[in-house]
Amino acid sequence: MLRYLLSKLLTFVPTFIGVTLISFAFIRALPGDPIIVMAGERGVTPERYKELVEQFGYDRPILVQFWDYLTGVLQGDLGTSFVTKKPVWNEFFALFPATLELSICAIIIAIALGIPAGVIAATHRGKFFDRALMSTALIGYSMPIFWWALLLIIVFSGNLHWTPVSGRIDLLYYFKDVTGFMLIDSLLSGQKGAFASAVSHLVLPSIVLATIPLAVIARQTRSAMLEVLSEDYIRTARAKGLSPLRVNGLHALRNAMIPVITVIGLSVGTLLAGAILTETIFSWPGIGKWMVDSIFRRDYPVVQGGLLLVAVAVMVVNLVVDLLYGLINPKIRKR
Amino acid sequence: MAETTTNTPARPGRLREFWRYFRENRGAVIGLYVFAAFVALALGADLIAPHDPTVQDRTATLLPPAWSEGGSWSFPLGTDPLGRDILSRLLHGARYSFFVGIVVVVIAATGGILLGLIAGFAPKWLDTIIMRIMDIILSFPSLLLALVLVAILGPSLLNAMIAIAIVLQPHYVRLTRAAVMTERTKDYVVSARVAGAGRARLMFITVLPNCLAPIIVQAALSFSNAILDVAALGFLGMGAQPPTPEWGTMLAEAREFILRAWWVVTFPGLAILITVLSINLMGDGLRDALDPKLKRS
Repeated sequence: MLRYLLSKLLTFVPTFIGVTLISFAFIRALPGDPIIVMAGERGVTPERYKELVEQFGYDRPILVQFWDYLTGVLQGDLGTSFVTKKPVWNEFFALFPATLELSICAIIIAIALGIPAGVIAATHRGKFFDRALMSTALIGYSMPIFWWALLLIIVFSGNLHWTPVSGRIDLLYYFKDVTGFMLIDSLLSGQKGAFASAVSHLVLPSIVLATIPLAVIARQTRSAMLEVLSEDYIRTARAKGLSPLRVNGLHALRNAMIPVITVIGLSVGTLLAGAILTETIFSWPGIGKWMVDSIFRRDYPVVQGGLLLVAVAVMVVNLVVDLLYGLINPKIRKR
Repeated sequence: MAETTTNTPARPGRLREFWRYFRENRGAVIGLYVFAAFVALALGADLIAPHDPTVQDRTATLLPPAWSEGGSWSFPLGTDPLGRDILSRLLHGARYSFFVGIVVVVIAATGGILLGLIAGFAPKWLDTIIMRIMDIILSFPSLLLALVLVAILGPSLLNAMIAIAIVLQPHYVRLTRAAVMTERTKDYVVSARVAGAGRARLMFITVLPNCLAPIIVQAALSFSNAILDVAALGFLGMGAQPPTPEWGTMLAEAREFILRAWWVVTFPGLAILITVLSINLMGDGLRDALDPKLKRS
């Protein structure tokens, strides 16, 4: 296991350097002089221009610039936002809990509905339930989620007035950030109705964000279950007279879970990509909206730093999934 | 016996076999028909569309669809806030979507297959470098990377397509490389090499045709992904620019009217969903028909 862990960690390092290189190259890849581009319509005086060149170190050799950037990144220095003048690092971690909360809720919905749906479809192979569930899953998988979000807003916010259209909580409530998770903080605050308000703001965005992972998990669970159900040991378990619930739930599902866990891990990237659209539509103050807004504001240090941090977050999750995978499946470790 | 000696009669046989398996999947056949119908509509958009997709009729803004109250049959699916006919815009928009899908898949697949073949045949160090670069690209959420690439290149449909092709391409590299790895130690490849086949011949003529099955399935998948991603970029204002009747861009323009005029939002999204769904149905059928493991069972 230790060797497996080390080999995984070793592949992490070059990928991390590569990701840093890409985010470093980002500002240099912008057409034209980066400082003029960053200044945009505001323009700069020649003195200020010289000052900025020195500040960003553009007058030094490119390798030295990259080295400075890399060492800065490792010390948590990702530059400062042009717009807010705050360090990118601080902004990221102030907004990250919002995205995390949304993603966790979405993945819980996706797992809680996707795995049972896949199991039911597999045990009813070819029958009505299987067809109905798998057709729904394929529709979910094909869904343009930005449109799905608008439809849900029309129905639940526009017509039924059940849920608010945007934000994380009503402006009526104000309390201190403890964990950064609105659900927990609203409970801790003890204010009446705060928790309900937080939940009602969270419902639609998490459903939207859960849609594609849910469909993927359901499809993957079904095919993994079908594969496992045809194994000899399942026939043996059935022949022993074990109840179908025990065979399907305990013997089959356990082994079918291995590929499903991989898919869940892989959907983290999908979640973050989905968060860009979902957060923009629901004005959810998280990383996705922050990145999109920064791109439009030409706040390039934020785009650069955000890109790097998001990629690192995805890499860390993938690493954890790989390690978990090795933990539950000894076959992988030995390879 | 005669069939095995010449190469030509084997082709229709293989195609017919493929069609036999593909036909078994009813969803795939439905998907194929819907897809074909949409392609026909897109090709004939100039003839079918009742109006010019960009002409504004100020006397008929936000007109509801013909069947609901206040609608008129001269605008069957209603009009948008600028008085443009939604049906005509959707029909012309279909062209963009298919065009985007085809171009992105061709770029991504060509680049990906080439790199995958090189990685599969190259010495270990080159293989490692190529695969690490692919890992790096895959570390970024696809839509985010595409967004940032478009921010560098400037927002336009062409740049959105380039960005998405770059983002989708690592999947082809991985698939091709994996297929090459399993094929290249097989006897037929070894005997071709012993018979004196050069590296290029081994790569493109001996091995590649036998790696195509998973790549074709991936092509169907990335076709639908490309359509979704370009629409998403258009929706975020980073894809096709107004007044282009691209579906995602149409949705973005309609966003502020969602609570007043449901049709301006509903139809473009429905068009995206149906197109993507039909392609994914076909993709499932392709996988079933091309996967030899499933065939035998």
